[in-house]
Amino acid sequence: MENPYIPYPVRIDEIEIATEDKSLKTFKFVFLNKEDEEKFSYQAGQFAELSIPGVGEIPIGIASSPVEKGFVKFTVFRAGVVTTHLHNMKVGDIMGIRGPLGNWYPWDKLENKNVVIIGGGFAFTTLRSSIIYMLDPANRKKFKNIDVVYGARSPGMLLYRDELFEWESRDDINMHITVDGTDDPDWKYNKGFVPTIVEQKAPQADADTYAIICGPPIMIKFTMPALVKLGYKENQIIMSLENRMKCGIGMCGRCNIGKELVCKDGPVFTLEELNKTPKEY
Amino acid sequence: MEIIKIKKSDWAGGIDKSRKTYHLFGPVKHKNHHIFRQLENNIYPDMEYMSSVLSPKSVLFPQSQKILVTSADASGKACHIFTPPEQDHTPRAVIGIRPCDAKAVQLVKLNFDTKEYQDPYWCSAFEATTFVGLAVNTPSVLDFSTSAGSGPFAQEGLDVLLVDCKDHYLAKILSQKGKEFLNTAGFNEKEDPKAADQVIQQMKISAEKAICSVIQTQHLKKKTVLELYEAPFWEDIAFSCISCGTCAYVCPTCWCFDIQDETQGKTAVRFRNWDTCMPALFTRHSSGHNPRGEKIQRVRQRFMHKLKYFDDKYDQGIMCIGCGRCVEKCPVNIDIRDICNLMNAYKPEKESDAGEIKGEIK
Repeated sequence: MENPYIPYPVRIDEIEIATEDKSLKTFKFVFLNKEDEEKFSYQAGQFAELSIPGVGEIPIGIASSPVEKGFVKFTVFRAGVVTTHLHNMKVGDIMGIRGPLGNWYPWDKLENKNVVIIGGGFAFTTLRSSIIYMLDPANRKKFKNIDVVYGARSPGMLLYRDELFEWESRDDINMHITVDGTDDPDWKYNKGFVPTIVEQKAPQADADTYAIICGPPIMIKFTMPALVKLGYKENQIIMSLENRMKCGIGMCGRCNIGKELVCKDGPVFTLEELNKTPKEY
Repeated sequence: MEIIKIKKSDWAGGIDKSRKTYHLFGPVKHKNHHIFRQLENNIYPDMEYMSSVLSPKSVLFPQSQKILVTSADASGKACHIFTPPEQDHTPRAVIGIRPCDAKAVQLVKLNFDTKEYQDPYWCSAFEATTFVGLAVNTPSVLDFSTSAGSGPFAQEGLDVLLVDCKDHYLAKILSQKGKEFLNTAGFNEKEDPKAADQVIQQMKISAEKAICSVIQTQHLKKKTVLELYEAPFWEDIAFSCISCGTCAYVCPTCWCFDIQDETQGKTAVRFRNWDTCMPALFTRHSSGHNPRGEKIQRVRQRFMHKLKYFDDKYDQGIMCIGCGRCVEKCPVNIDIRDICNLMNAYKPEKESDAGEIKGEIK
């Protein structure tokens, strides 16, 4: 019997400060045992438990992409006991990763479709994973138009800035980067909240267009009406949820919304599915 | 089907014989009530018990259990690499478990033994365990097991059903595990199965007749989750709740747990503890956001889980076996039977009241 509670041992290979306020760091991990990397075969949209023995575990979306080999990446906001401990760890430290956990964005269903990615703040990690996956030369032809609306409070709070600007210069992805506000006179992208930019820049929905949304509750709340206005139906809006979790494998019982367990039946749901459950997220 | 007769004068001797092979668990008197626990060599299960305060779920799912350990000594090689502690796979036998508590184990199994993941701690304990049940001849006034998918003589989840016939037990063998246990204990006096089963059937009928408490569940399935979720009665039900969690701790079907880490000296330990959905901390995000921050949401979660979500998910009836423990122990007299009947009888005033969400997250 496989023991799903045992984390794979990993070494912290690189730590990068991800935002100007230093509240987010991106950790690159390398598996101590090569064969564990194969067992940890994941899809964009899944998450894992970062495990620090003696401290605890935290469920975090996987920010690296299945097409990136040799490492896994997570961008972590310093919020509680475990994340604070993690922020104080150093390159070379040994810890654990348990996963991959949960379902993923419906890549089969999204083939030959237009995909609109909408993200806000630091909920851009599995979206980064998704974009890298879709832009991979082996995969790009599987998708039609790709639009990305991504916003943060200020330019320095955008995650993965180098990549964002690189994607901005490509012609196979339409980037709509935005910030709530900035006093930088050289800022050449959008200014305004994500819902507004979605309404202005996101494509009108047709039967072949799907939106993936990940962001803080307030952004989601105001983006929904914008998407409805653009003609998106409940089954064309795909969301990734977060809830407090412990086990990550559907057993400990705290992350449920109705009968669905966010950790195992989710975290990815369509709005159609969510509208059948209590809004306990 | 085989039925064995066990003279009560032979009982203690058989129990002693079985100890050589099995770790025994059973009901033991403790102060003014009974608890279920492992039996040392000179302790015998008290077969006169009515119910135990806590259910026997702890035999498979201890209140606190180490799941992983590692060295926290940075100079060592295996520092911070977790491995499970050694587990005891010695066969165990639970003697005198009530039939409804055994059925509860089957319901809990749906959570711990799934297609995708098997909880190795629970599953290996389950594999090692033989359930020797004791039929309930005189059900308590709080027993509503017959309307909750079980009953005083129910067999589901049992390997042996013992029936107390004054000077002897009739032991109905229900599985190979049960047969092996009786063999090990040296109980092998075969009864005429037909005649003995008739005796058992008679006793079963009179025990079931003695149950005076019932719940109605027949309409729960066809109601939608949101209909019941938005019903007006939750405010009243939750009003007196003090979020103590007693209902969950005494419940044989509640399986929620917490995972915590501790470092003791140079050892780091990860363990799990029983948890309960009643306090706000259960679901609070580290951001402070809490999807069930209000008491009414948590009380509703408890009963919706047991009486609606569970059946919707597994199609195995409700997640309650009618033992009556939570009814007895709730300090403010919240009664699952009343709530179940309310939910079952509930009709929303207007169909359109429930589930009216159009592309907007509230």
